[in-house]
Amino acid sequence: MSWLETFRTGLNGVRSHRLRSALTVLGILIGIAAVILTVGLGEGAQAQVSSEITSLGTNLLTISPGSSTSSTGIRGGFGTASTLTTADVAALSSKTVAPDIKAVAPTTSSTETLTAGTANWSSTVVGSTPAWLTVRGRTVAQGRFLDNQDVADHEAVAVLGSVTASELFSRVDPVGQTVNVDGVPMTVIGVLTATGASSSSSTTSDQDDQVLVPITTAAQRIFGGTSRNDVSSIIVQATSSANLTAAYQEANHLLLNLHGITTAADADFTITSEQSLLSTATSVDKTLTILLGGVAGISLLVGGIGVMNIMLVSVTERIREIGLRKALGATPGLIRRQFLVEASVLGLVGGALGALLGIIGAIFLPGVVGDPITISAPATGLALLVALAIGISFGVYPASRAAHLAPIDALRSE
Amino acid sequence: MGDVVIRLDKVTKVYNTGTISVAALRGVSLSIELGEYVAVIGPSGSGKSTLMHILGCLDTPTTGTYLLAGEKVGGMSEAALAEVRNRRIGFVFQQFNLLASMSAWQNVELPLAYAGVHRAERKERAMAALGKVGLAGRVQHRPGELSGGQQQRVAVARALVTEPDLILADEPTGNLDSVSARDVLNLMDELHEAGRTLVLITHDTEVASASGRVLGIRDGLLVENDDRFLESIR
Repeated sequence: MSWLETFRTGLNGVRSHRLRSALTVLGILIGIAAVILTVGLGEGAQAQVSSEITSLGTNLLTISPGSSTSSTGIRGGFGTASTLTTADVAALSSKTVAPDIKAVAPTTSSTETLTAGTANWSSTVVGSTPAWLTVRGRTVAQGRFLDNQDVADHEAVAVLGSVTASELFSRVDPVGQTVNVDGVPMTVIGVLTATGASSSSSTTSDQDDQVLVPITTAAQRIFGGTSRNDVSSIIVQATSSANLTAAYQEANHLLLNLHGITTAADADFTITSEQSLLSTATSVDKTLTILLGGVAGISLLVGGIGVMNIMLVSVTERIREIGLRKALGATPGLIRRQFLVEASVLGLVGGALGALLGIIGAIFLPGVVGDPITISAPATGLALLVALAIGISFGVYPASRAAHLAPIDALRSE
Repeated sequence: MGDVVIRLDKVTKVYNTGTISVAALRGVSLSIELGEYVAVIGPSGSGKSTLMHILGCLDTPTTGTYLLAGEKVGGMSEAALAEVRNRRIGFVFQQFNLLASMSAWQNVELPLAYAGVHRAERKERAMAALGKVGLAGRVQHRPGELSGGQQQRVAVARALVTEPDLILADEPTGNLDSVSARDVLNLMDELHEAGRTLVLITHDTEVASASGRVLGIRDGLLVENDDRFLESIR
């Protein structure tokens, strides 16, 4: 008897017990759909976070003020003092001292109230230099970005993010208009191209809702403060991803020297790479994915045990059929194959329907839950294989029981 | 003397049920020739079921030899026995043993499927066999839609379809009313006239009398042409 015939016989066996087969399939279906959805949800969250972080620019190092030690020996924690200055920025920009650093952008930022005519909007005001555009990998949609002259002259000019621009100037062209930043009138010279990166997570602020002003203008006219040379962070872009480590070492060495610190442990600044930011941000998601995936996997296992249970019941119930088939010339091998085919059909149908349900869920659930779900083809394929493997492995024992029934015992049973 | 289909030589069968051994057959020697119609008759517990299982290659003898169409059956593997059953024996059971989910012709073609016969030929032969038992008009019916007599005729068609050396019928009329039983026995007669070798196992002397040769069995031993024995179980 060929495989095709055995397959037909097995399929017939599945079809002749519709309700029972459907319930067994349901167990596998739920398990597979749960695995696909939980893994997809985890992957979707990770992809979202990493796209948000990469939208900040590539090959970046962020230098932030760290712990400081005062002259009297009192040490303060992270952010207690602004230890980074424009002198640091100038040093880092030197091609001879730091050849692996492509661009350096100092930033200061604060949330301020903006008004334009009758509209008002609260947004992040970032003071920076022309290099900001390069390191962040952004472009200007309208008008122009800040230039060196603006920085040198403390010009009262501002570049708006796309969201900020539409909130303040919904009808008119923002370029050339005046926006009041914390009461200081500034001329809008440009609007940034929208990044399109969503901002539903709290990892990063909305990259399309911010106002860029010259760092000098910000220090002098908006933020004020004791030292006008202080910067709140410095963004450093390496020449390439391969040179990121070299850039890190150059920046670290240079700043330690400039700040007169001899031991690296006493450093009054912290350098973080986007990779470290990424791994921190995604690690929580990863743990959750593993946890939920594990729970879904257990439900899949329970589904598999369901297949085995049903196959065992089926063997007991169809003992006469098995006896008859044997009397008519079915070898033990053929009987085993028939029951294995039945079990794997149950597994595979459950897997296919589960994958279908998972994909439908991935399309419609984000609208309800608000989180993206990524369905990867290899993961779906793997789920199908697992379902088939479950069908086969949980079918082996019932199938061999059927195969080794003595034909007379099987025929005699009532 | 024609060709010998069955030759049993001092066959015994002992069942071990825990500590007790039960000898169901205690040395049966028998030969059946091609085209013979033989009835094996005996009361329950006489060993006739065991004899039927051994003749049908559903079980193997404890000692002694069994030659089926010249082939030594003892000591074969389960798979080899299955192949012998498929090729050489057609079974008719008391309980009909048709598969409820399949139509009449699908039931009939089942042994051909195990023999590896091609689909189209299978259907053709199944239809022909159903025609021979007078069910040409009921090939698409499922067993549940047929009367007991019709179901048994489907079972006879299934036994015929492989053109076996031997048709083995175990109480074929046991579950039928007298009219249907007569019907099935007439069918047996027709098969006998067509040259088939038939072995019919029964406890009913009336049924046995339809055959050409009656073998009595009692306490695991054969008693041939013994009128007193036949009289005693009547």
